[in-house]
Amino acid sequence: MDCYTANWNPLGDSAFYRKYELYSMDWDLKEELRDCLVAAAPYGGPIALLRNPWRKEKAASVRPVLDIYSASGMPLASLLWKSGPVVSLGWSAEEELLCVQEDGAVLVYGLHGDFRRHFSMGNEVLQNRVLDARIFHTEFGSGVAILTGAHRFTLSANVGDLKLRRMPEVPGLQSAPSCWTTLCQDRVAHILLAVGPDLYLLDHAACSSVTPPGLAPGVSSFLQMAVSFTYRHLALFTDTGYIWMGTASLKEKLCEFNCNIRAPPKQMVWCSRPRSKERAVVVAWERRLMVVGDAPESIQFVLDEDSYLVPELDGVRIFSRSTHEFLHEVPAASEEIFKIASMAPGALLLEAQKEYEKESQKADEYLREIQELGQLTQAVQQCIEAAGHEHQPDMQKSLLRAASFGKCFLDRFPPDSFVHMCQDLRVLNAVRDYHIGIPLTYSQYKQLTIQVLLDRLVLRRLYPLAIQICEYLRLPEVQGVSRILAHWACYKVQQKDVSDEDVARAINQKLGDTPGVSYSDIAARAYGCGRTELAIKLLEYEPRSGEQVPLLLKMKRSKLALSKAIESGDTDLVFTVLLHLKNELNRGDFFMTLRNQPMALSLYRQFCKHQELETLKDLYNQDDNHQELGSFHIRASYAAEERIEGRVAALQTAADAFYKAKNEFAAKATEDQMRLLRLQRRLEDELGGEFLDLSLHDTVTTLILGGHNKRAEQLARDFRIPDKRLWWLKLTALADLEDWEELEKFSKSKKSPIGYLPFVEICMKQHNKYEAKKYASRVGPEQKVKALLLVGDVAQAADVAIEHRSEAELSLVLSHCTGATDGATADKIQRARAQAQKK
Amino acid sequence: MFTLKGNRLPAADVKNIIFFVRPRLELMDIIAENVLSEDRRGPTRDFHILFVPRRSLLCEQRLKDLGVLGSFIHREEYSLDLIPFDGDLLSMESEGAFKECYLEGDQTSLYHAAKGLMTLQALYGTIPQIFGKGECARQVANMMIRMKREFTGSQNLIFPVFDNLLLLDRNVDLLTPLATQLTYEGLIDEIYGIQNSYVKLPPEKFAPKKQGDGGKDLPTEAKKLQLNSAEELYAEIRDKNFNAVGSVLSKKAKIISAAFEERHNAKTVGEIKQFVSQLPHMQAARGSLANHTSIAELIKDVTTSEDFFDKLTVEQEFMSGIDTDKVNNYIEDCIAQKHSLIKVLRLVCLQSVCNSGLKQKVLDYYKREILQTYGYEHILTLHNLEKAGLLKPQTGGRNNYPTIRKTLRLWMDDVNEQNPTDISYVYSGYAPLSVRLAQLLSRPGWRSIEEVLRILPGPHFEERQPLPTGLQKKRQPGENRVTLIFFLGGVTFAEIAALRFLSQLEDGGTEYVIATTKLMNGTSWIEALMEKPF
Repeated sequence: MDCYTANWNPLGDSAFYRKYELYSMDWDLKEELRDCLVAAAPYGGPIALLRNPWRKEKAASVRPVLDIYSASGMPLASLLWKSGPVVSLGWSAEEELLCVQEDGAVLVYGLHGDFRRHFSMGNEVLQNRVLDARIFHTEFGSGVAILTGAHRFTLSANVGDLKLRRMPEVPGLQSAPSCWTTLCQDRVAHILLAVGPDLYLLDHAACSSVTPPGLAPGVSSFLQMAVSFTYRHLALFTDTGYIWMGTASLKEKLCEFNCNIRAPPKQMVWCSRPRSKERAVVVAWERRLMVVGDAPESIQFVLDEDSYLVPELDGVRIFSRSTHEFLHEVPAASEEIFKIASMAPGALLLEAQKEYEKESQKADEYLREIQELGQLTQAVQQCIEAAGHEHQPDMQKSLLRAASFGKCFLDRFPPDSFVHMCQDLRVLNAVRDYHIGIPLTYSQYKQLTIQVLLDRLVLRRLYPLAIQICEYLRLPEVQGVSRILAHWACYKVQQKDVSDEDVARAINQKLGDTPGVSYSDIAARAYGCGRTELAIKLLEYEPRSGEQVPLLLKMKRSKLALSKAIESGDTDLVFTVLLHLKNELNRGDFFMTLRNQPMALSLYRQFCKHQELETLKDLYNQDDNHQELGSFHIRASYAAEERIEGRVAALQTAADAFYKAKNEFAAKATEDQMRLLRLQRRLEDELGGEFLDLSLHDTVTTLILGGHNKRAEQLARDFRIPDKRLWWLKLTALADLEDWEELEKFSKSKKSPIGYLPFVEICMKQHNKYEAKKYASRVGPEQKVKALLLVGDVAQAADVAIEHRSEAELSLVLSHCTGATDGATADKIQRARAQAQKK
Repeated sequence: MFTLKGNRLPAADVKNIIFFVRPRLELMDIIAENVLSEDRRGPTRDFHILFVPRRSLLCEQRLKDLGVLGSFIHREEYSLDLIPFDGDLLSMESEGAFKECYLEGDQTSLYHAAKGLMTLQALYGTIPQIFGKGECARQVANMMIRMKREFTGSQNLIFPVFDNLLLLDRNVDLLTPLATQLTYEGLIDEIYGIQNSYVKLPPEKFAPKKQGDGGKDLPTEAKKLQLNSAEELYAEIRDKNFNAVGSVLSKKAKIISAAFEERHNAKTVGEIKQFVSQLPHMQAARGSLANHTSIAELIKDVTTSEDFFDKLTVEQEFMSGIDTDKVNNYIEDCIAQKHSLIKVLRLVCLQSVCNSGLKQKVLDYYKREILQTYGYEHILTLHNLEKAGLLKPQTGGRNNYPTIRKTLRLWMDDVNEQNPTDISYVYSGYAPLSVRLAQLLSRPGWRSIEEVLRILPGPHFEERQPLPTGLQKKRQPGENRVTLIFFLGGVTFAEIAALRFLSQLEDGGTEYVIATTKLMNGTSWIEALMEKPF
């Protein structure tokens, strides 16, 4: 541990850079890296090598091989390249390999060498060929930029949503630029290129000449340029061995350095860490690696082998035939703790913990020292943070142990940061394992997010590890385990050598009812592979009918779709299938299908009620539903027919249907209605006025009101209107006419079946007290009091009530006594009451 | 914001027009008319359509057929299933729900109810126990279980607010809505009709009383009042039997005038200040009291009328099982005098339900009388009522109602309207069957009434939705259980009042939150089932 800082190299006064080994490479490369096209994806992504490229010698007889390895050199795929010459390789943000061919075609491969798709960078390229190409990443996704033989640039900022942009011409450009790169500013991709001593910036509208501020004189050519990971900084290497570093906008110079090496470097990349003030560029030649920053001296490393640099968010990965290393600026927390003779709180805490383990009292001294300065919280935080930046689990552990130790002496230290760091490191150590080979740093991991990391594990078909991580981090099932299982299942259905039954069973065994798994997605994938039967089997497991139905319809399993839709209870879904079926099947089959599905049938009836009345009739006919047919024709008699004959005919059909339905009552009633209709028609003809569609009751009333008493009587007899109702009817009508004479005659025609109180009431309603009194005397004894009160004869009412000795009647009369006029009556009642009580 | 009407849209200087509609075909026709006439008029506007609560393929198809589907830039859904009406009351306000479910076999509203319940569970936690009675209840529960399976994994872990869910079909208790509600709120609804918690009242009683006015400027526009528990006085009296409202109102009047008298006692500046600070509250209380006194007077005019009394007597006779098997004189007279058809139908249906169906002769007599008096077109309405089971011939010659009445104690002779001890106060004697079922479920449980449950239509069932151990409730002693009770097909204010009464019982042990497809009464219910062919 004494020499823990042995691999730290200072750059200037304020920063250290260290380089450590990630993996010793497992691959068995036969060729030199320099003989291959190389592409390594950022965030510890895979490495693609295309051996035996065409530029070397024209040995067309040997087909080149495309190899894909993990970052630790584990082979992932290997395939013979059968297409045209490749100019450049690159990885998209989704870890798809983009191979740009000389003819402008871009072939897209998956991580496992599976061909995905292809697209072209434009027809123009076919003739001019592609000279050079870059794959770059923007916030929209991954882009491709090409330089054609005509020295024109074309780019697409997002290969997922391909829109080709042909960049404007660079005036007077005769030969290929000495170097070029893509920039990304204000969400727009630009191209920066160097021609001799001049720099040009191409955006999609214009080409402008630019000059970096403070560039040393004497430059006749730019040999190399590098943009930082975040597109914020730019470095230029000139033929004088001079390096200019500044902002990518070319508005500001950060620093410069003269390395006095005039040979063009093989690669130049930025090496900086987010939120750090230090800026440095790593330059690689055949055998030399140089870290250059804002310092008079550079850091130099010797390269034993042919190496390749991969820029990362917070450093640079360097791999060669035998090793894979990471070079980065030592993070502040680590520097504080490990710097020689550091008195930072974190350093003291680490020391204290070590002494504590040795059971030495020095532990207490160190601890006191920190506490006296009130820096214990800071010390714990420092240790936690530094642990995150350590690659070796041992060192992570010591730092975490120190943090844990320090925490014991703090009252209220929120545990989250410590717990999360432990979890994150466990995940990181797991994916860094060389079997997995994803050498993410803590900062990269945080930038990438756990979701994307899980996606990448899934992409590598590392399902068990992904699931373990989900379970360990207790991610919600829908985001975690379920999603991974679903991916696994989608992969599983593509295994064509396994039978449908086995695949379906295997998938269901593993997935079961895992919440959030979309069986329909898996089924769709199976259907996509041409395995319809498997898809149907899988759909059986899908709980969401909304998802089952569309796919079933697509696979032409409409009847199955119908029963699934019905199960869901979602009526709109049922309609979707119904309308589909209606077009797909002939009418007979359609009706038969409906017949077996009562719910669908009733829904379809509703639909027909609004849209296709005739179909509704057919449906009822098919089901022998005569009751509904009857109602249907009743409705039709009102809606469709204007003429009386037509209406009667419709009613006749209805009546027939009712007979068939054994609904005697409805049939008879309908026949009565027909009779009435005809009669009303005749009345209209003979008497004038409006009778049609009046009820029987109203027809009779109208006749009485019109003075046609005979006809009214006749009608009432014909339709056997009960006596009681007829009396009410006549009474009301005559009172309306105020035909008091006729009313009296009527009242005496025979004994009233409704009594005589209604006569009193109706007269009073017309304010005819005189007439009312005539009937009051005829009211039966039990209603007499009521009648007398109605005509206002309180005194007589009182007499009757007293005679009846009814307490209820007495109080009723009493409540009608008004103070002034009925005083005597009231007294009388009170006396009667008193007497009654005495007895 | 305008209500949907045919023809041209009202003039307004706007670019965007949004239609909020129920997914019903007839509304699509109106919208199409709007859009087409708007297009003819010139400057193009942007149309959007929001379906409440769900998009419907049928409607979109209709719009397409009418040639206007393309005019809509956005076609979305606003999944408003359950609308809160009060602190303890949610309604879907879907008028057609009962008719669709029981007459037309269209379960769309049940699907929406299930969706609404899922939303409710997403917000207030999974309800661990589901009870239900009736065919529709069974279906809603099935859909919920199914949807739960669809949503699992994404459910958020919330401590459940509700302990139980009780799903009740309206057709389990067809009786209650037919009877005249006798609570204050129930009567307001019966007489004037409460629409979306608003009631429109005849304005005369609300005229500001000014002396020497001579009643010249009587307002002619109906007085519109909002009714909910935010109004302190209304919260106190809404669920009382109307006969108990008067005494509360007069007590309140005394308290308020006493409070106003306080001002004479206010001597110091401090006291006056305190008095003034209470003024707004007191004035609001006085206004509220004045309103409700007027409403109570209006209602009293109706309830003291002879006809109301006669009708109530008949209803109560039926419900207590007297003379349900023969033609009733009062109903006969009502028909002969051509009282409102709905009133007649309510009474006939009530009699039918209280007799487990009418004798064929009696039924045919009523039907004939109705057809002859009100017109033959009502044969369709009668048919609908029969299909819904409201009106039917007695089959098997057995009347089950007395068994149900006795077992569930639906008729209580000793009703205390002023200080009720039983839910039967809401109908002055009749205890609503639906609420009785809820009451018996919470104590002692449905096992005690298995026999009656078998007589009532539809299956009864119980489902459990297991909760993760962390969310299981540890009940404090004395803490009430909360039951969400969902009436599929509608609920009346009297039933709500009865449930609130149960919630407030000190030893009740259960609090109720009420949800329904529609707030309704017998009149609006029958009206929805009526069919007018012209």
